[in-house]
Amino acid sequence: MIRTITCVLCPNSCELTVTHEGGAIQSIVGNLCPKGTSYAAQELTDPRRTIATSIPITGGELPLASVRVTAPIPKDRIMDVMAEINRHTRPAPVHIGDVVIENVLGLNTDVIITKDVAAG
Amino acid sequence: MKKQAVIVGGGPAGLAAALRLREKGISDLVILEREHHLGGILRQCIHDGFGLTRFGESLSGPEYAQRFVEQVTAAGIPVITDCTVLDITRERHITAVSRTQGMLELDADAVLLAMGCRERTRGALAIPGQRPAGVITAGVAQNYINLQNIMVGNEVVILGSGDIGLIMARRLTLEGAKVLGVYEVQPYASGLPRNIEQCLNDYGIPLHLSHTVVDILGEERLTGVVVAQVDERFRPLPGTEQTIPCDTLILSVGLIPENELSLAAQVELDPRTRGAWVDEHGQTTVPGIFSAGNVLHVHDLVDFVSLEAEKMADSAAEYITTGTLPPCPLSVRSDGEVGHVVPQKISGSRDFTLSLRVKRPRTNARLLIRQGDRMVLQRQMRKVLPAEMIQLPIKASQLLPQSDLEVCIQ
Repeated sequence: MIRTITCVLCPNSCELTVTHEGGAIQSIVGNLCPKGTSYAAQELTDPRRTIATSIPITGGELPLASVRVTAPIPKDRIMDVMAEINRHTRPAPVHIGDVVIENVLGLNTDVIITKDVAAG
Repeated sequence: MKKQAVIVGGGPAGLAAALRLREKGISDLVILEREHHLGGILRQCIHDGFGLTRFGESLSGPEYAQRFVEQVTAAGIPVITDCTVLDITRERHITAVSRTQGMLELDADAVLLAMGCRERTRGALAIPGQRPAGVITAGVAQNYINLQNIMVGNEVVILGSGDIGLIMARRLTLEGAKVLGVYEVQPYASGLPRNIEQCLNDYGIPLHLSHTVVDILGEERLTGVVVAQVDERFRPLPGTEQTIPCDTLILSVGLIPENELSLAAQVELDPRTRGAWVDEHGQTTVPGIFSAGNVLHVHDLVDFVSLEAEKMADSAAEYITTGTLPPCPLSVRSDGEVGHVVPQKISGSRDFTLSLRVKRPRTNARLLIRQGDRMVLQRQMRKVLPAEMIQLPIKASQLLPQSDLEVCIQ
């Protein structure tokens, strides 16, 4: 089977033409770097994405701090992770890298703060 | 007050420029920033994908900005926030107002313009119809949702396929809104393919090419939009109209370099980029006034904004220290397939980076750079898109000192 996959790992957005047999890759054409090969393999068997959102900060100079996952999560669990993140708030101050949720939903990725918010 | 360098804008371009000036020994400088915090638009760009070139990792916008802010703070570079620059003269006299310092009058050896860009709005498109609430630009929606915790709507239509619109399609979906579709007047998307994939396709949001919004409905609040297919000259095709009930219309229809202050200083603008005409030093048509980043030409990637600002700062430091820069008598010209080029003037005696965009998507294009009959550089490209800026480093050793440069696509 032949499938066309747009690699999302960097702005080059390589269009990969992947020939495979039930997830076993026979050939990949179109990737500018080796990351395309592993991305295509991942995409065929277990597509994953990163997400970013915000959580409310109490007593801060800003109402929100942005957060993101530290590693890609399965595509079909994105809304579950969003729902889990939406249950969380933090008091100010918060700092970049603070872990909000460790190993979110057992997916081997943490949710971390990506913006410093001082008390205010 | 006298300064060696004044940097207008504390976003990614201004921060990178300030750090590089300081590294080059320019001690007496200041950053003037309109907002309360440094970082510019990165503060609201909470998605990841920033810094892949610069830091080799995928950061969110606020994280990318903070790396520069921390260095600026550690270097002790003076910053005045909540400070709006009102005027810059050709003689590099700057008038500004700040909440904490009142009226400021500064004279600078060099002024570095780093004001970024702003969004095209509904007014620029002349969409007929009512003027209800619920019609906003993608960047404003991003500001409401990511900075102010204000949700903008529930049933959303997006006009224009710029990257910020695509990013907001995903963001709104994650926040529980229903994004009904993205409508693009061109026959191709204007955002990067990776954003079509990870922001639209991943969430089942349809992209309708060669379509536009022809009517806006609703009195107090938007109740719907009428979309229609367009022909090759962007005229709506009668009989293709379709009414889509929605409460929010988000516009992602282009960015415009914010050059009111440049114009005040009599800096000449290139109608193609809507930024300043610059030479390879990033110097505008007014001596001692430099420009880089989105105020010069709209970039796709912040990593390249930082890089361009650093190169500009190298030249500005040389100008401040020596009082002069090598003259740039050679023009960079382009054919009809090239949307724009930056810089527009070069010396022919130094390395520089040529930035350009193509006007329309092409496959198997050949990019040719010539001086007269002599080929300076040619590059075969499998795919070129208007969404992707092309940057080519060009070595002085490849150039003749006396002939204009021509850039064309075959």
